[in-house]
Amino acid sequence: MRDTNRLIEIRWHGRGGQGAVTSAELVAQAAISEGKYAHAFPSFGPERRGAPVLAFVRISSQQPIRIRAEIAQPDIVVVLDPRLLRIVNVASGLKENGLLVINTRRSFQDIEAELKAKCKLARVNATSIAREILGLPITNTTMIGALVRATGVVELESLLEPLRHRFGRLAERNIKAMQKAYEETLVKE
Amino acid sequence: MAKRIGIEVSLAIAEAAKLADVDVVAAYPITPQTHIVEHLAELVANGELDAAYIPVESEHSAMSACLGASAAGARTFTATAGQGLELMHEVLYVASSMQLPVVMAVANRALSAPLSVWGDHSDVMAVRDTGWIQLFVENGQEAVDNVLCAFRIGEDPRVLLPVMIHLDGFHLTHMIEPLLFPEQSQVDKFIPPYQHPMPLHPDRPVTMGAFAPPIIYFETKKAQEVNLEAAKEVILQCWDNFGKTFQRYYSPVECYRSEDARVLLLTMGSFSETAMTAIDKMRGEGREVGLLRLRLWRPFPFDEIRQAVGNAEVLIVLDRALSFGGPGGPVCSEVRSALYSEDKRPKVIGFVGGLGGRDITPAGFEEIVDRGIEISQKGSDQEFEIFGVRE
Repeated sequence: MRDTNRLIEIRWHGRGGQGAVTSAELVAQAAISEGKYAHAFPSFGPERRGAPVLAFVRISSQQPIRIRAEIAQPDIVVVLDPRLLRIVNVASGLKENGLLVINTRRSFQDIEAELKAKCKLARVNATSIAREILGLPITNTTMIGALVRATGVVELESLLEPLRHRFGRLAERNIKAMQKAYEETLVKE
Repeated sequence: MAKRIGIEVSLAIAEAAKLADVDVVAAYPITPQTHIVEHLAELVANGELDAAYIPVESEHSAMSACLGASAAGARTFTATAGQGLELMHEVLYVASSMQLPVVMAVANRALSAPLSVWGDHSDVMAVRDTGWIQLFVENGQEAVDNVLCAFRIGEDPRVLLPVMIHLDGFHLTHMIEPLLFPEQSQVDKFIPPYQHPMPLHPDRPVTMGAFAPPIIYFETKKAQEVNLEAAKEVILQCWDNFGKTFQRYYSPVECYRSEDARVLLLTMGSFSETAMTAIDKMRGEGREVGLLRLRLWRPFPFDEIRQAVGNAEVLIVLDRALSFGGPGGPVCSEVRSALYSEDKRPKVIGFVGGLGGRDITPAGFEEIVDRGIEISQKGSDQEFEIFGVRE
């Protein structure tokens, strides 16, 4: 998965207000700062707090990205809110051998039973980390840590500057949450 | 050195307006407005841009305030989208007729009803005849570059016309992508100061846009037409100079793998990049297809279109707007008309697709090409084809 020579497509699932769009932007900015080509965008349309939302990232180190359509067949799916699994088919269109990175406190076995999808899994209890470090169950920066741990699509260090720029005085706590998630993320092939 | 950063295209356009050191921005946050004017408001509020930001009460007033500012000699910028552009409509004609070089970014969107904030070119086509210089961009870099060019072109004393930069709503405006920003000193050199030859001034009264009875009105319209046609030369010079300065080159009709192509597709805006992907695949299969991308919409590049079409046998034009009850898409009508006088011309097949944010994938473009070729051989009882609608 560390091979960004080919185009890598990432789809984020969250709820309005959880920061899925911000996560996507930060990852794209980190990739761009590494000299790669990348873009990020939200699912197009009006946004509503609490409603399921999508955000998308494409990364390629080889050539400019020309496709601007929403990502229907992602390589990687990141799920910010564990309860989305019940109402949204987050694995929809996921490529064979694709990866699901999930915020959950449940076991791999439980998740596999619920998803009924054949894919690689990565999990972290991002809500608990976010509550502990940020004092809020906002899991966007935490889940970036999980994504980086499971895939290496960008370097963790590349995210520091985009996070500082985005969050100002709240940046250091977000960086800490991201790093803790990076350390605690478990991956099952 | 130019800086390469990841930034939302809307914010980048605001940063380009800042690099151009605009004096006045007048805007209204109608739905759907974009982050372009929101970020400009921030830049002015933070003291990063020394400009007057006029929050008006409607888009009609936004353009009216821009006229006043430009007439007083201020470098003026605004942005709008979809319904907002429609509400500006009557004032747009005044800007071009009074030769006021306002620059406006338009996030292209569908029109009501039903209510839609998603992208297409219905708003562009409704302002086609307003006398503005109008150009399409395909990505964020082109948007930034052409905002800079727009000031230089519009404010050129040989031109003095307002300029619209059309960029697809969402597909461009909401995209974070890597963009190169030139140095302030380079931009300062590239865009000379705006000097209206006869600005409004209390000490030197002038009349602009006064009452014109039949004895003179028509002459002003002829002069306007001559002026807009002549602007093309200045546009070409500007793009040439931009290329030499910043190493990114633009032309009225961009060709992609079109040499020796028997079948050509013609698109505008961000869909062009998707179409390129389809062309690459078809070329890989040995098919003689190519792509033309229309960048300059007004003044219409007749010669460049004729030249770019060359010896192609079939030309398939995709419009993202529909002239109801008419010949289909406005761009196809104009391209067909531009080629009609040629002794040897391709069959021109019109498609309308991608309305109200409906995506067209690379596979969709392949389908369009296949269907276009089929129509060119077998004919059709329709004036044009609608692509991608559920029956």
